[in-house]
Amino acid sequence: MSSVAAVGIVPDAAALHRRSEGRTAWLLAAPAIVLLLLFVLLPVAAVIFLGFTDFELGYGKFRLVGFENYAHLLNDRTFRRSLWNTSVYTAIVAPVSIVLGLGVALLIEGEGRARGFFRTVYFLPVASLIVAMATVWQYIFHPTIGPLNALLSLAGIPGPNWLGASNTVLYSLSIIGIWQSIGFNMVLFLAGLTAIPRELYAAAHVDGARSALDRFFLVTWPMLGPTTLFVVTISVTNAVKVFETVKMLTDGGPNKASEVLLFTIYQEGFVYLRVGYASAMTVVFLAILVVLMFLQYRVLDRRVHYT
Amino acid sequence: MSNTAIPAGRIIRFALLSLGALMILAPYIFMISTAGKTQSDIFTAALSLVPQHFYFAENFAKAFAKVPMATLLWNGVVVCGLIFLFQVVVAIPCAYAMAKLKFPAARLMMVLVMLGLLVPIHATALPLYVAFDRMSLLNSYTALVAPFTISVFAIFMFLQFFRAMPDDLLHAARLDGMSELGIVARVIVPNAWPAVTAFAIFSVVAHWNDLYWPLIVVSKQAYATPPLGLMYFRAAEAGDDYGALMAATLIITLPLVAAFLLAQKRFVEGITMTGLKG
Repeated sequence: MSSVAAVGIVPDAAALHRRSEGRTAWLLAAPAIVLLLLFVLLPVAAVIFLGFTDFELGYGKFRLVGFENYAHLLNDRTFRRSLWNTSVYTAIVAPVSIVLGLGVALLIEGEGRARGFFRTVYFLPVASLIVAMATVWQYIFHPTIGPLNALLSLAGIPGPNWLGASNTVLYSLSIIGIWQSIGFNMVLFLAGLTAIPRELYAAAHVDGARSALDRFFLVTWPMLGPTTLFVVTISVTNAVKVFETVKMLTDGGPNKASEVLLFTIYQEGFVYLRVGYASAMTVVFLAILVVLMFLQYRVLDRRVHYT
Repeated sequence: MSNTAIPAGRIIRFALLSLGALMILAPYIFMISTAGKTQSDIFTAALSLVPQHFYFAENFAKAFAKVPMATLLWNGVVVCGLIFLFQVVVAIPCAYAMAKLKFPAARLMMVLVMLGLLVPIHATALPLYVAFDRMSLLNSYTALVAPFTISVFAIFMFLQFFRAMPDDLLHAARLDGMSELGIVARVIVPNAWPAVTAFAIFSVVAHWNDLYWPLIVVSKQAYATPPLGLMYFRAAEAGDDYGALMAATLIITLPLVAAFLLAQKRFVEGITMTGLKG
């Protein structure tokens, strides 16, 4: 009798235990879930909703305007300029900083004693306050007292007004962006390089890949696939999010020549306080991020399977 | 040293690396050199790196007099410290529940985390600003810290880390009669130390540098973080007093750079670990 009773109790106890474990899990995750709702999901929903309104901070009332904001965006010259500038900036900074980051990583990988030193130097900008370093760059780029133009004049070249002229400002900002992100990309590539098994290089050598270039294209490049994809994604997203240097150095000028996406959103939303219109811009910005993420997954699914 | 010939490849490699390193270091060199120059030095001799009259003391004094440096650094420490503390306290139990407990909503949570990874502060700033404004919370530590108390990135990272932890450890702790919260505090956290340091570095670098959100919610010196304070200083001291400006820049850059130089192995590990798993 007692054994039968015991058998009857065991599954109940197990079920009870499972239920109590589930409850504990909910409790442990509850703060995260609440905060996630409060600071991520709700605000995103609110931005999408506000994008369909004419809400302005300081006015009590607002009304739904449908797609008016978006229609307006299509003809907004500042916004179009800003999208274009962000694309140009990204098209320069992302590829250059990736290629240079990879180059530096490959050179450092082969280096012996000085390896640690070079790694520290190239990584330094990542650990430096970008707002502060932007001020230093402003001095370097200064048209009359800056060292860069002083150097150029030694060679007899008249230096441009780097950050002050509309035809050079975007390139000057790109130089700062590249300077800032080489080290980050380098460190990621270095991690990817150390993960490549040494035997593969030996095997490639046996197979007749004698030159360093052969070994690079036969072993290094394919094996770095997942790392490269990740570096590309993060470089592009970071470049799209450029804000600090623009706000510090140019305020979008001269003549909106360095107006970039986040700066335009900041200006509309937090300076002119046109929250509804700025929300529509934010939705466009979010859509760009979603597309980038989606592209990454597509490529990831298709090509990069080396593990 | 043996006197065998050094291969040309190694020389070229070293030369290339040195040239690149010089370009990376150039801004730092000019920052230090300019912080020690007088106005006239700055205007006449841009390329001479050694100041003609050593003016370091004067420039630093000017920077300290015009920028409330102590307040800025203190605000930076408080804000970054609070953000990091909340992020870890919120993320670790959640990641533990997702990785090691029979959690019915684990899959849903994973979707939320992946969605959250996509959304930067720039996308949520507008409604959050309106809300903080309505609650009269602008210009406060609350406004600076609250939106970052939840880090889906932290959840994601700790989740990866906890999944690799052996279950036996937890079974043993449960047999000893520990509560789940006790397990989190006394078994999980001590074992998760490498992940916590890696995340700490990532989090502090990100928030020490952030200008966007502080710029939006703070308009008073008293709550300015280092980047914001430097921006105020630059706006107020417009013109070309680059000596004082570079001195201020130097002081504000120094804490994080010093931390990096002291613990650079950890830094690089932290960025790599967080980077590769993001």
